[in-house]
Amino acid sequence: MQIDLRTVTIKPLRQTFDNIARRIGADKPASRYQEGTLDMQQTANFHYRPTWDPEHDIYDASRTAIKMADWYAFKDPRQFYYGAYTLARAKQQDTAEANFDFVENRGLAGTLPESVRKTVLELLLPLRHVAWGSNMNNASVCAYSYGTGFSQPHIYQAMDQLGIAQYLTRVGLLLGDVESLDEAKRAWMDDDAWQGLRRYVEDSFVIKDPVELFVAQNVALDGLLYPLVYETIIDDVLSSQGGTPVAMLTQFMTDWFTETRKWADATVKIAAAESPENKEVMARWLSQWRDRSAAALLPVARIALGDRSDEVLGEVVQQFNARMAKAGVAL
Amino acid sequence: MDMQVAKKKLGLKERYAVMTRGLDWTPSYQKMEDIYPYIAYEGIKIHDWDKWEDPFRLTMDAYWKYQAEKERKLYAIIDAFNQNNGHLNVTDARYINTIKLFISGISPLEYVAHRGFAHAGRAFPGAGPRVACLMQSLDEIRHAQTQVHSISNYNKYYNGMHDFHHAHDRVWFLSVPKSFFDDAITAGPFEFMVSIGFSFEYVLTNLLFVPFVSGAAYNGDMGTMTFGFSAQSDEARHMTLGLEVIKFILEQDPANVPIVQRWIDKWTWRGYRVLTLVAMMMDYMLPKRTMSWKEAWEVYFEENGGALFKDLARYGIKMPKCAEQIALEKDHLSHQAWSTFYNYAAAANFHTWMPDEDEMAWLAAKYPASFDKHYRPRYEFWREQAAKGNRFYNKTLPMLCQTCQIPMIFTEPGDATKICYREVDYKGDKYHFCSDHCKEIFEHEPEKYVQAWLPVHQIYQGNCFPEGTDPTVEGFDPLAAVLQYYKLEHGRDNLDFDISEDKKNFAEWRGQATKNI
Repeated sequence: MQIDLRTVTIKPLRQTFDNIARRIGADKPASRYQEGTLDMQQTANFHYRPTWDPEHDIYDASRTAIKMADWYAFKDPRQFYYGAYTLARAKQQDTAEANFDFVENRGLAGTLPESVRKTVLELLLPLRHVAWGSNMNNASVCAYSYGTGFSQPHIYQAMDQLGIAQYLTRVGLLLGDVESLDEAKRAWMDDDAWQGLRRYVEDSFVIKDPVELFVAQNVALDGLLYPLVYETIIDDVLSSQGGTPVAMLTQFMTDWFTETRKWADATVKIAAAESPENKEVMARWLSQWRDRSAAALLPVARIALGDRSDEVLGEVVQQFNARMAKAGVAL
Repeated sequence: MDMQVAKKKLGLKERYAVMTRGLDWTPSYQKMEDIYPYIAYEGIKIHDWDKWEDPFRLTMDAYWKYQAEKERKLYAIIDAFNQNNGHLNVTDARYINTIKLFISGISPLEYVAHRGFAHAGRAFPGAGPRVACLMQSLDEIRHAQTQVHSISNYNKYYNGMHDFHHAHDRVWFLSVPKSFFDDAITAGPFEFMVSIGFSFEYVLTNLLFVPFVSGAAYNGDMGTMTFGFSAQSDEARHMTLGLEVIKFILEQDPANVPIVQRWIDKWTWRGYRVLTLVAMMMDYMLPKRTMSWKEAWEVYFEENGGALFKDLARYGIKMPKCAEQIALEKDHLSHQAWSTFYNYAAAANFHTWMPDEDEMAWLAAKYPASFDKHYRPRYEFWREQAAKGNRFYNKTLPMLCQTCQIPMIFTEPGDATKICYREVDYKGDKYHFCSDHCKEIFEHEPEKYVQAWLPVHQIYQGNCFPEGTDPTVEGFDPLAAVLQYYKLEHGRDNLDFDISEDKKNFAEWRGQATKNI
């Protein structure tokens, strides 16, 4: 049975703003993602050149080698504007909080086999710094890329990575203490196992092309790191050794990667589908940064996987290649 | 089960430190100056980034939780407001013109702030300032979007805001706020922080954001009021950041003091000139006034700002010298601005009108030293002319100030009968200014300000007509061509409120919603 509540209906003069109507048609209302994203960035009649980059306009599509007829071809399949983004993260945060409580209140950290605890501290804690590096890189892409369709997800990604660095810190404080964090930082600075990855991250800091930086950080590095560390080592290998509580503490990262890779894939696909030139550039960046990323992650994988590292990493790279092929870039 | 050794509990400050600063490291594979190329050229010296005091200790988990709660409430109210035709509850349809001013003049600036804080956050090598800047960058995209979402419903029913992005980049008076933010984001990261973080957010927010939101509250606009109130706690964080930035820079090196003083002087004046639009909004556009511009300036700048600068005196910072001239202008600013917009109502994206008798009485009471003497007579004359069918629309273009880009409408400080003109010769060209302060800002960085995209110059150079326009044909109407370039519809988006479609529709719809006709 339906009840019929009556409201006074006034016929609107228009359904949405003209810039949106020009893109989607004037006869339908726009979504909040569309109104909050399309043409948000200024495009014309800038008054001054940046004193910090006089070669470019404030927003300048020529900062990247990727060329787009319309930068609003980039759409976030998650349709994240600020409201949708924060609501999604708050929900995940509720789960994460419940998981931390569960592990803490039942003293599950104390039930971890010592070998698992040691591996987790050695493997996960230096990744705080990798996440922090990603925070900085994504801020960079947000600041210097062109068009809100492309730039907007990067501020979300930047803050997500800060959140991940903070979750990892909490894991460290739960399974270890402040000294564990210090020890992990020392390893990050000095131990051979981490130097390839640290070099990768520091080299990414000086990439000037925002789309290349997106590839190096969000596609090539995260695209191998998350499947390797969170999906394989923690969820499979360590769980089978009694490390399930750790998988609870890192559920945020696993879920987050499943979600964000959809956006990363869509972005790669749109850039590559635009032109053969773009596709060539994307393929070059992807294979170059994938190879560096795989090489940097191998010694890290050894911390948990020992002899199996080559084999497991090889599988992760295979999956990555399949992902990219699906996004239209055969590597 | 093993006995767990009780762990040392971290204090809030210590815990926040491992959550932020502990994440950072000193790179060795790339040089610091290559990773952070923008921090040296402004001449600011920072010796120890760790001396930065975190103005608020918010980790991401807490941020998501609080902000999501606010978003949930805000959008519920926006939905209810829209469903209930909340726009018909505003005091009268003139009020809606303040929303047009806001969405085309202010909301796009929130977006620039979002990108600017991402840039500043990336540029600073310290973990503390980076986290604070990036959180503000995230908040600013929130503000831009919640404003667009709240105002979207007004756009469905009223004219003038249908293409506000396009307008912001082109319409003559919108180059005033646009050039202000372009100026800030093209400056170095430290100057950006002083201009937006300190001068704009800390010193002037109560004179910009607050009057619009209070105006909305006084005039029954729950949509706008709600996003304003929802942004309040964000703004409080931004103000704290603005103050911390300035203290941090000043404490780091005495050589920073004169640089920062110059920035404060410059940005207080630049910000004040943008507030011209707010001043006229407060005194003329709100059917139900909250307070006069003059009162707002006295409370929020002279009293509150005075206390702030007293506090900063220990660092060697003085009250900006432009404050003296602003005090002399406060009896005139809003009236001179409204007169100008009344004149140029054919070329703007909102309507103007003459105040009625009651409103004139209010203005006379609020401005006893100036209103009856200088402004009432001209309004009465214009009103008479309009009644005779001679509503005046100025179709010639005014000279603009090279720095603030406002038409040269302001009078000499202390003499309301004489227009203030200043000029500078630079590399063979003559540049014009509305004031000594705008002139000084230009003289300090002429190479920057000669680049300004001045709308009037651009129109005269033929750059503001639709593509393919031939201005040499017989009977060419430049105003019509410029309006097409602005994508404004003549007779609908512009001209006097009295003859507007907004006025007519509002009356009809309100009747439909409240009477049985």
